[in-house]
Amino acid sequence: MNKKLRAKVIDILLLAMIILPFVACMVLRILTRGASEGISITGAQVYFTVPMPLMDLIISESQVVSCAVMIALLGLCLFLTHGIAVIPNSKRQLAAEWIVEKVKGLVDNNMGDRFHVFAPFVTAIMGLSVFSSLSSLLGLYPPTSDVNILLGWAILVFILITYYKLKGGLWNYVKGFFQPIPFFAPLNVIGEIATPISMSFRHYGNVLSGAVISTLIAAALQGLSRMLLGWLPGILGEIPFLRIGIPAILSMYFDVFSGCLQAFIFAMLTMLNISNGFPEEDYERRMAKRREKALHRA
Amino acid sequence: MIELAIGIILGCCALGAGIALIAGIGPGIGEGNAVAKACEAIGRQPESKGAVTSTMIMGCAVAETTGIYGLVVGILLIFVAPNSFVNILLNAVSNLPK
Repeated sequence: MNKKLRAKVIDILLLAMIILPFVACMVLRILTRGASEGISITGAQVYFTVPMPLMDLIISESQVVSCAVMIALLGLCLFLTHGIAVIPNSKRQLAAEWIVEKVKGLVDNNMGDRFHVFAPFVTAIMGLSVFSSLSSLLGLYPPTSDVNILLGWAILVFILITYYKLKGGLWNYVKGFFQPIPFFAPLNVIGEIATPISMSFRHYGNVLSGAVISTLIAAALQGLSRMLLGWLPGILGEIPFLRIGIPAILSMYFDVFSGCLQAFIFAMLTMLNISNGFPEEDYERRMAKRREKALHRA
Repeated sequence: MIELAIGIILGCCALGAGIALIAGIGPGIGEGNAVAKACEAIGRQPESKGAVTSTMIMGCAVAETTGIYGLVVGILLIFVAPNSFVNILLNAVSNLPK
């Protein structure tokens, strides 16, 4: 009995860990941004800046929301895996197992067997991206519509790509720039740098354009309802009736579908780029070398 | 005089945004081609619908990138650029030797 009660209490605490960060972000947004401002398209609000030697560190809304998303994701993981058993006895364990199985299958299909350790990383990127994009449904500023956040992720992926390319040998890495003829070297360098930029801009442009178009349509509907229904008496004429419901349909596409699709594509490109940087032959050669060394030592 | 200059800046930003969105033509044609071919493939082999659809969506999203670049440039030109350009102009004017 006591054990059951303890499990329940921990469950409630974990659920609070998922929900509270978002509530805190919403409260922070309401406190710092007046509600009467109307419709405006602005960047992330800067809460405060920390003076740093090279450049001031700006703590903005997108960073705060992104931290909240991370805390909520951690809470979700702990909640899904709380009280797991060898024989699944709860729905949440089945959900957790389904997620793990799906991502493992995806990573094995796209990256090959040698990269199976990448499944948690890919899941983390996908989950972070999906939850960041969907946080706009709560009225928060989605961190994925800030290019700084996305560029951070893309640079992380770029470092991984370069690390795995260097695993094939430094000489091979340098030689790769002079393929197929040495004349192409500058183009290859530009292509290398373009990877993180294109990855981040693709995701950020999609989410930002969705946000801008939704805001513009909401503004247009407000004007239209004032024009059409402005003759209604008293406060009825002030309420923008056309803004109720219609923007939600667009939000289904721009926020939900586009956000999930872009998260999937970001994860997919991560997997493909990393596995392309370290082809199967290189891996085989490396493994053969290692086996030879082990034989020598034995 | 300065009003004319500011007007030229605003007008050129709007024109530039419009021209930047010409970039949407390419991805539109490309994605249309991709979807047409995917429909053909599904018609030929209905059992491969899932694989074809997921590959097509992936390819469409990658092909969309150039269009998104144009869109980002357009958004920046409308919402960000006029402000900074006008500031540059005002700074330049105030620094002119009298």
